[in-house]
Amino acid sequence: MLILKLLFLNLWRNRMRSLLTFIGLLVAVLAFGLLSTVVKAWYAGAEAASEARLITRSSISLIFPLPLNYGERIRGIDGVERMTYSRWFGGVYKDTRNFFPQFGVDPPSYFEIYPEYMLSDEERAAFYRDRRSAVVGRRLANEHGFKVGDLITLKGQIFPGQWEFLIAGIYDGKEEKTDTGKMYFHWVYLNEEVKKRNISRDADSVGVFITSVSDPSRAAEVGMAIDTLFTNSPKETLTETEQAFQLGFVAMTEAIVVAIRAVSFVVILIIMAVMANTMSMTARERTPEYATLKALGFSPRFVAGLVLAESMLLAALGGLTAVALTFPVAMVFQSLTGNMFRHFAVSFDTSLMQFGAALVTGLVAAVFPCIRAYRIRIVEGLRAI
Amino acid sequence: MIRIRQLCKSYRRGDQVLTVLDDLSLDVAQGSFLALMGPSGSGKSTLLNLIAGIDRPTKGSIEIEGLDIVNLSDSQLAAWRAENVGFIFQFYNLIPVLTAYENVELPLQLTNTSAAERRQQVEQALAQVGLSDRMGHRPNELSGGQQQRVAIARALITSPSLIVADEPTGDLDRVAGEEVLKMLQRLNSHQGKTILMVTHDPKAASYAGAMVHLDKGQLESESVAA
Repeated sequence: MLILKLLFLNLWRNRMRSLLTFIGLLVAVLAFGLLSTVVKAWYAGAEAASEARLITRSSISLIFPLPLNYGERIRGIDGVERMTYSRWFGGVYKDTRNFFPQFGVDPPSYFEIYPEYMLSDEERAAFYRDRRSAVVGRRLANEHGFKVGDLITLKGQIFPGQWEFLIAGIYDGKEEKTDTGKMYFHWVYLNEEVKKRNISRDADSVGVFITSVSDPSRAAEVGMAIDTLFTNSPKETLTETEQAFQLGFVAMTEAIVVAIRAVSFVVILIIMAVMANTMSMTARERTPEYATLKALGFSPRFVAGLVLAESMLLAALGGLTAVALTFPVAMVFQSLTGNMFRHFAVSFDTSLMQFGAALVTGLVAAVFPCIRAYRIRIVEGLRAI
Repeated sequence: MIRIRQLCKSYRRGDQVLTVLDDLSLDVAQGSFLALMGPSGSGKSTLLNLIAGIDRPTKGSIEIEGLDIVNLSDSQLAAWRAENVGFIFQFYNLIPVLTAYENVELPLQLTNTSAAERRQQVEQALAQVGLSDRMGHRPNELSGGQQQRVAIARALITSPSLIVADEPTGDLDRVAGEEVLKMLQRLNSHQGKTILMVTHDPKAASYAGAMVHLDKGQLESESVAA
């Protein structure tokens, strides 16, 4: 008990130094946790994606549409269970800063293939019934204050003009990681307006076809069959699993992700050096005390353990506080970044890694001071007063 | 009984070998109060450190109550110190964050004494040095003399047979110094503790029952107080 008390009292002895080290560790571990959450959020789309769904797009680029009539031919391929399609709209709501993804879809088939988007029966019926209606995800609705019955106007970027949509429903995600930051409306409405307004974009076309396969283990085979079907056609296709498709987007920004990851580890390395310096100073200052303890009969191992325990205690306190603070800070971060991340939540793994990083920092910082305390020769230590 | 034979201690500084103790032999009877005197660099503190087991000789033997402490391993020596030696340092060497009570209690952490027994022993030791009313005070709240008395209580707490004191009055004023010396004298006469005290002050040495003069690492003379 006395030794434990000594440990806490030692920690509190040089308050300013301990406090600054604590704050430094806290900030570093907090930053580590936040950056790790950013990296995880970056991959959230791919993680939420299904292996049993295939995305077929133009083999040249995603920006080139595919004819709608490809859909029926895809549906006929062996192994394809369901087929739907979507077209990227890219409209602006009030201001370019209010970016969120919008897609023209075939509602019945689309929502059948994506059961993780949950709508009430009334909202679903209302959405299917009205061609000018749309549904938005819960997060998006909360962010912009959308309510069922609202009439919203988007300014088309790819499809010029003002586009009005009636919010028929707000969908929720089946799982926490399900993206509820998108808007879906009727592809038919878009297609009709493209023709009516003489917009110079391919009519009767879609951005991607989405197919679900009955047996996920045959996904590669089915994908190949789809692409073979359109080989040597004017618009060849490229089919991949939804996960690979999402990872393709992540790969475009991989350099940023790598940089974020590197920064998060560098931050920990820096605080390791800072804390090692603090612990070295502490051990140096207490040399006569350690020598006295040894003279009284305490073993070198005990004295080294005292240094290690102090470092670990400081690291544990800093780490736990940082873990606790990561949650509110992440919430603030998410509110500031708006719709940038579809799922931004601090995972248990991240918290565990944060606490682990704090403990490793405490351990590494204590190595040299421990060796020093272990090796102090009593006579020399007593002379160090 | 302390039996020292052909004790040598030398240090290497670069190419030079500095001999601090040179072939020293000495017997100290159990229950004696011996003052080690001599000029600076004579080797008196080194001799005290070697007898207390906090330093290792280059050569020779130190037998204390039949045990040759030179051949003990570091951990064995630490355990032996904890049980047999009480330390009193010139600058008290108390742990600044602990109270007088806790400083005295510290060596008992190495024993299997129960909490109740510890409490009783610490209170008794502090009463013995006249500090019952200062138990909750930290070292910086005590005078030099009081701090040294706490150190004496700490040295006594494990009931060691040998007490080593390195210039125990060196940092104290005359009155406080005399108090400490009288206390050591009482410990020797009433409790039969063997006390070895390094001092350069003849007045302090006069409290001891015997004196040993060292010079250049060798025993110059031995005398018994009148």
